[in-house]
Amino acid sequence: MLFLLLFSISLTFTIQTHSYHKSKFINSANFLTGGVYNSISNINRYFDLEYQNKILIEENSKLKSILYNKKNKKDSSYIDNVSFNHPYKFTTASVLKNSYSSSKNVLLLNKGIFKGIKEDLGVISSKGIVGIIDNTSKKYATVISVLNTTSKISAQLKKTNHFGTLTWNGLSPYFTQLIDIPKIAPVKVGDTIITSGRSSIFPKGVPVGIVHDFKLDAAENYYEINIKLFNDMTNIEHVYVIENVDVNEITNLLKSSTNE
Amino acid sequence: MNSVLYTNIVRFILLVSLQVLVLNHVNFLGYLNPYLYILFIILFPIKNSRPLFVFLSFIFGLTIDVFLDSGGIHAAACVSIAYVRPVILKFCFGTVYEYQTVKFDTVEFSSKLLYITILTILHHIILFSLEIFNISKVILTVQKTLFSSIFTIILCILVTIIFSRKTK
Repeated sequence: MLFLLLFSISLTFTIQTHSYHKSKFINSANFLTGGVYNSISNINRYFDLEYQNKILIEENSKLKSILYNKKNKKDSSYIDNVSFNHPYKFTTASVLKNSYSSSKNVLLLNKGIFKGIKEDLGVISSKGIVGIIDNTSKKYATVISVLNTTSKISAQLKKTNHFGTLTWNGLSPYFTQLIDIPKIAPVKVGDTIITSGRSSIFPKGVPVGIVHDFKLDAAENYYEINIKLFNDMTNIEHVYVIENVDVNEITNLLKSSTNE
Repeated sequence: MNSVLYTNIVRFILLVSLQVLVLNHVNFLGYLNPYLYILFIILFPIKNSRPLFVFLSFIFGLTIDVFLDSGGIHAAACVSIAYVRPVILKFCFGTVYEYQTVKFDTVEFSSKLLYITILTILHHIILFSLEIFNISKVILTVQKTLFSSIFTIILCILVTIIFSRKTK
């Protein structure tokens, strides 16, 4: 009897994790596990310091080249009022726990509600997309990585606006799959895939990866594209959490239009 | 009795931290991790009250789950192997088990290997079928189960040999 009871409890927990945003009780964004991972990560990050520095330098040089090569420099008084003109707010965070071997991979970040991290915010690294915030506690937050079979993110081809859904088949941590791209889209091997900005989680244009190979699905109406990620998901340390300030306005607007 | 209690508390903490902090980062060939923590259930004293043992296994699995963000898959697998353990003990050790005198340090190696193998494979089948939870990916499930099992069994045997008390 006890066995059946406990087994069904654990099954319930398991099934909850399969549906998006339902895993409320069992997650590592709590005081105990967050604390343990935090102290271990404090030690571990020293071993990776050189590589992470290199990544940051690369990003810096990229940003500098954009900054100094910009043709029409704007009035500095205009740049000052950051919060009004830019709907996206960025927060930096460090990854405390990363996994890529299971089929439902979750990351743990070292910032939570106190730093303004909320559910459903997008997470990117300097190279590209990482995932979406799932659970938050006061000081920690968990991220559903793109390497999670329940993750669904809207992405598109860079050169045309054909969009599809980014999913993962659970096999390689270096590849994800883009499905529901219409047959008419001009897909070629080597094309860049970016986020579409349709979901108001990610801004448009966050790099995802390049087309590795593609084939038509069973119904022969849509492409299934294998994407090689720009990000090395097996080695992530510094990430940015993106908050879209206008997200409430957008969802309300969409809701009111669909209700009519 | 007290020493048994302390041994198991220490084993609990040690195995959880070892599993979470070290073994889950092995990722051999990209996806293979040994799940050494089931040693807690394998080596749990034979003389116990069954409800307590099943409940402890549940707590143990759930602790692993909390750390790994995996819902309830480890708890489910742990509870199941804890529940069927007496049957397997009987099957592997036969009459020695009937008299409740099994000592894991002194039993024959072959029956110990059999015992660990059965429990490990059972645990991994439940674990990976719940984790992947998709009938169309049966091959992936079997593949993961098989390779991880081999990995886990080898490690379990090694650990039990290294930490066995060769006093008698």
